[in-house]
Amino acid sequence: MKSAIFLKTFRTRHLFLSQLLLILFVMFESLTAQTNTIRVKSEPGILNSSIENAIQRADSGDTVLLEPGVYAIHDLQISKSITLQGQEGSILDIEERGYGLILKGTNITLKNFEIRNSGSGFMEDFAAILIENSRDIHVEDLTLTNNFFGIFIAKSERILVSNNNIFSNAKRQTTSGNGIHLWYSKNVEAHNNTITGHRDGIYLEFVEESKMSGNNVFSNIRYGLHFMYSNSCSYIGNTFEDNTSGVAVMYTKNVEMLHNHFINNWGANRYGLLLKEINDSVVKYNLFESNSVGIYSEASNRVLIEQNEFRNNGTALRMMANGLDNRIEQNNFISNVFEVTTNSRQNPNHYEGNYWSQYEGYDLNGDGIGDVEYRPVRLFSLLAEKEPLSLIMLRSIMAGVLDTAERVFPVLTPKNLVDPKPLMQPNQ
Amino acid sequence: MIAVYYQIVRNEFQTLLRARWLIGYGLIFLLLTDTLFRFTGGGAEVLVSLSNVILLFIPLISMLYGILFIYQSRDYLELLLTQPVNRETLYWGLFTGISGPLTSAFLAGTTLPLIWHGNFSGEPAMQTVLVLGIGAILTFIFTGLGFVMGLAYYEEKIKGFGYSLMIWLFMAVIYDGLILLLIFLLGDYPIETGVVGLTMLNPIDLGRILILLEFDISALMGYTGAVFSQFLGSLKGMLTASFMLVLWLILPMWLGLRLFRKKDF
Repeated sequence: MKSAIFLKTFRTRHLFLSQLLLILFVMFESLTAQTNTIRVKSEPGILNSSIENAIQRADSGDTVLLEPGVYAIHDLQISKSITLQGQEGSILDIEERGYGLILKGTNITLKNFEIRNSGSGFMEDFAAILIENSRDIHVEDLTLTNNFFGIFIAKSERILVSNNNIFSNAKRQTTSGNGIHLWYSKNVEAHNNTITGHRDGIYLEFVEESKMSGNNVFSNIRYGLHFMYSNSCSYIGNTFEDNTSGVAVMYTKNVEMLHNHFINNWGANRYGLLLKEINDSVVKYNLFESNSVGIYSEASNRVLIEQNEFRNNGTALRMMANGLDNRIEQNNFISNVFEVTTNSRQNPNHYEGNYWSQYEGYDLNGDGIGDVEYRPVRLFSLLAEKEPLSLIMLRSIMAGVLDTAERVFPVLTPKNLVDPKPLMQPNQ
Repeated sequence: MIAVYYQIVRNEFQTLLRARWLIGYGLIFLLLTDTLFRFTGGGAEVLVSLSNVILLFIPLISMLYGILFIYQSRDYLELLLTQPVNRETLYWGLFTGISGPLTSAFLAGTTLPLIWHGNFSGEPAMQTVLVLGIGAILTFIFTGLGFVMGLAYYEEKIKGFGYSLMIWLFMAVIYDGLILLLIFLLGDYPIETGVVGLTMLNPIDLGRILILLEFDISALMGYTGAVFSQFLGSLKGMLTASFMLVLWLILPMWLGLRLFRKKDF
């Protein structure tokens, strides 16, 4: 009995002791382990191993500082928790020999230098920066020029990519890579990057809980933003302009798209925003301007399209009837040729309280809501769909006569696709 | 000769002013344009709505003015013909004497509100000029057509009016309906070039296409047809349509002149 009690007290005391020791050890560690800064100079002419040496010498927490100059490197691996920092004129040149930096570790920061001329090829996705199986990586203030892929992030978590300029000069889709490419990752944030001349500006596949904001993505030769199977991500305040196919997002749920601008996507099969099998998502406060199609929605369910502005688009909203329970509310439709088009006489979605600049009703009681319900689907849009050539008759009196007749007595257009409370003045 | 020409133009202008029609015509456009600004809140919307009105009503009104003028001023016309005046000079005097003031009334009526709503500065200036230019050219074309009808059916006024209305209805509405029908009947065949060609034969369609190219290019570019997008998406489309419109401008004037020269009044 006694011995048992003794044993118990000993155990607790032992536990306490070991904890104390641990704390002391940690304090000692932190006192002795000073973070160092290692400066690196480029040695022109030869394939540069100075960065590699510096990284080998560095300990966790150290900063490797790059002096201005051109460093020829490729496939340089970083697995220590260090900061690689440059300054104006620090350039890593891959000279088309493969990858630039390959990050496999935790707590790595890349800051303020340029990487250019990665390799390209059909078999491997060469990138200026490859981040693989890593956590807590910061990539800031970099300039990535003429690379196949800009930043390739795979199987990683907690990555921050901000304030980078990512340029390339892609000519064809098959021989170009994406600006920021995310694959099987979680908690990635990309803020205030400028991406142009790549295949897709930002590409996400199997990514979760990530956030993209303030990025300026323009003139890429496929999509500005392209994601699939990437649930619970949000896209806020980005600008997607003049990308060859606009923005395409597919097979995803719980997406938030707020305050983005989708501008100037002209041409056949070019959409400001293509939603394909997007469920339970929010598209709010966005601007869609001068696109052939503003939003194209296919097989998407329970998407809330609210308080967006559609301006000068060919077709503002194309809702395929294979999606259910989408709500289109309080949007402004201004100066679009076709406001809504669809492919069925059924309407499984809900439209309410939008402003339609083609609305011709009146408001006798002065409550700001038109007294006559509004049918935004024009007969002529159906004709143009069956025979696209008839678009040449757009704005003709004949087309107007057909539209008016159809509006009064709908035969071909969806009977219940109606906004019961059209606004007399635009929102805000 | 020039002096005679000016004399005729001045006479006509004074007659028109006395009749107050012209002022009313200008006032209608003034009211319309200003109302459009107040209702739609400005921007491209105003110009597009205005262009709809222009494409519909200017041809009708101009043509009726043209033919009415021939019928109404028959005495004046025949009196002038007894004088030693060259028929060509007389014709041009009469034609510009009516089409000129009509165009000016239209331009004055639309331009004033466009100016005070600030549409002549910045980006919409070019679009405004395009829309007004189309209105002006259509005025000339259809006054000319009115002259032609008036001279061709000089004795049969009812026929003249009837046919004029038919021509307007055909060009403004039926022609487009027929082309639509054609598109739907022969949609499976490569008729793109043919259809584009056909629309180029109608001055109202030409005006409409020019406006389409300016305002709705984003919708047109959504279409996959090669001829269509290549032709309409480029400067070539704009130039061809403008060229055809100029041809149309010359055609009725020349026809009228020919009729006037040979006519035994």
